[in-house]
Amino acid sequence: MVPLSWYLAVSALLFTIGAVGVFIKRNAIAIFLCIELMLNAVNLTLVSLSGFFGDVGGQLFVFIVMTVAAAEAAVGLAIIISIFRNRESLNVDEVDTLKL
Amino acid sequence: MEKASIIIFFVFAAAAVLSALNILLQRNPLYSALSLIVTLLSLSALYLTLHAEFIAVIQIVVYAGAIMVLFIFVIMLLNVPAAQPQIEKQKGLRYLAIPFAGILIAETFYVVLSIGKRSMPSVPAGTEAQAVGTTWSIGTSLFTDYLLPFEVTSVLILMAVVGAMVLARREGD
Amino acid sequence: MTNILVEWVIKTVVILLILVTAVAYLTFLERKVMGWIQLRVGPNRVGPWGLLQPLADGLKMIFKEDIIPSQSNQWLYILAPALSLVPALMTFIVIPYGSEITLFGRTIELHVTRMNVGLLYIFALTSVGVYGIVLAGWSSNNKYSLMGGLRSSAQMISYELALGLSIVSVLLYSGSLDLVEIVNKQSGWLGHTGWNVFRFPLMFVFIIFYIASLAETNRTPFDLPEADSELVAGYHTEYSSMKFVMFQMAEYLNLITSSSIATALFLGGWNGPFVGRLPILGPVYFATKALVLIFTAMWIRYTVPRFRYDQLMRFGWTTMLPVAIINIIITATVIVLFP
Repeated sequence: MVPLSWYLAVSALLFTIGAVGVFIKRNAIAIFLCIELMLNAVNLTLVSLSGFFGDVGGQLFVFIVMTVAAAEAAVGLAIIISIFRNRESLNVDEVDTLKL
Repeated sequence: MEKASIIIFFVFAAAAVLSALNILLQRNPLYSALSLIVTLLSLSALYLTLHAEFIAVIQIVVYAGAIMVLFIFVIMLLNVPAAQPQIEKQKGLRYLAIPFAGILIAETFYVVLSIGKRSMPSVPAGTEAQAVGTTWSIGTSLFTDYLLPFEVTSVLILMAVVGAMVLARREGD
Repeated sequence: MTNILVEWVIKTVVILLILVTAVAYLTFLERKVMGWIQLRVGPNRVGPWGLLQPLADGLKMIFKEDIIPSQSNQWLYILAPALSLVPALMTFIVIPYGSEITLFGRTIELHVTRMNVGLLYIFALTSVGVYGIVLAGWSSNNKYSLMGGLRSSAQMISYELALGLSIVSVLLYSGSLDLVEIVNKQSGWLGHTGWNVFRFPLMFVFIIFYIASLAETNRTPFDLPEADSELVAGYHTEYSSMKFVMFQMAEYLNLITSSSIATALFLGGWNGPFVGRLPILGPVYFATKALVLIFTAMWIRYTVPRFRYDQLMRFGWTTMLPVAIINIIITATVIVLFP
């Protein structure tokens, strides 16, 4: 059978990749995608621990995390749309002053 | 049977990690979004190996089927161009990412080596319809033990809907 | 273990063959029905009563030139029809076609697999099918395709909500997401009194489900994104030959899927008179009921004018969604008050 530590290792790898992506990427939407990747890595940890210890609370937490991720994606994309409308650019390096 | 479960785990874990790496390597954000969809589908398969069938299917319906469709709509409507090579203002961040990744991967090894070989417990026979991971178990827990987070989440979604509508409105609408 | 695998493979192959033939003859049926409703005979030249028409259509499509626009996004352009067709085919493994038959000394259950979350699995596949359309529209590098693709996918995800909520009412009665369970619970006296459509709140839910499934599969009156006179041809403007055939197959397969699910959820699936004594009648009843629903969809197509796009979206969000939610409340109240 697949040991628990392998699932946790995959989750940690995905989280690392997502975190590095937030550092490296310059496009606002790509940064957002890496944030979603980090959330999914944490979901994998929660589900694997829930399966190994037989507690349904982990999966419920995943349910709530997915809902929060959906809400955050909606609001975040709305903000990105309004920034794009004002500045015509999605490069986070250029969106660094309050003045246009 | 054991070999089959290990092979399935490796196939989907490799798919998840490789498509996650592809998110970083692509310059066009649409390809990054499509790679994230592949990651989500591989993760859903991993959830199925953990007997979390409800979460696996909900992940496809909600995450890959709704949230990522929203991302793709925004990318297509804004016609986001592929990243051009340009002068970066904060080069320091890129050089900071590598030791950061190194620290996280060292933590990964620490976790893997210290937990050991504990494996998945088997489902006791006879309770299959109500085992942890079925819709029944999640439904009953959601409405009894975890009712408060459920209600708070519904308020959160309401806030998100109102917020998204207000933020994306044009001036004078 | 090998026995089960062989059984699955054989069942899947049989279902695939039946489906491909069914899709081909549905195109023929559509043109015949269109002809009869418009007071003319449909295609009747190829073979007796025109029955070889799908064969002729298929051959014609194979011999057409396969054009790939040079400025299109090649990978996505080729991937999109597959993304539309494969999820449409995958839904048929959870639908129960009958109870059990005994062949060659083995008892064979007439469903390919039985999932705990069968209904949600079908929803997941419908959600993935949206990507085929949106990527087809975008990768064709064509204004009409992009607009058609975005409109079509926005319509599909809007009506998925009404579809899902209308199913919740059925779930309240059956207590399980497993389609096999739902159909088993609908066997009543003489095979037809236990159908879900005869229970009080579920008759309206059936209508909501049917209308939402028509919108979900992009059939008239909700087919503005692909109507010829509106957006050229919507998301499949730039497709030719086999890729176009894949889109058409995906559309007819979606129609068969939603009719099959509607019969499994509301019309009692394979239940019917004397199905207990003669289990082979199960698939016959199932096919008959699904065909009645498909014929009704075609009938509606040639009778009702189509919605404008903003009327369509407004209908989905301000009428279908609240009605589905109110139905859930009414169903729950009825279940609690009259157990």
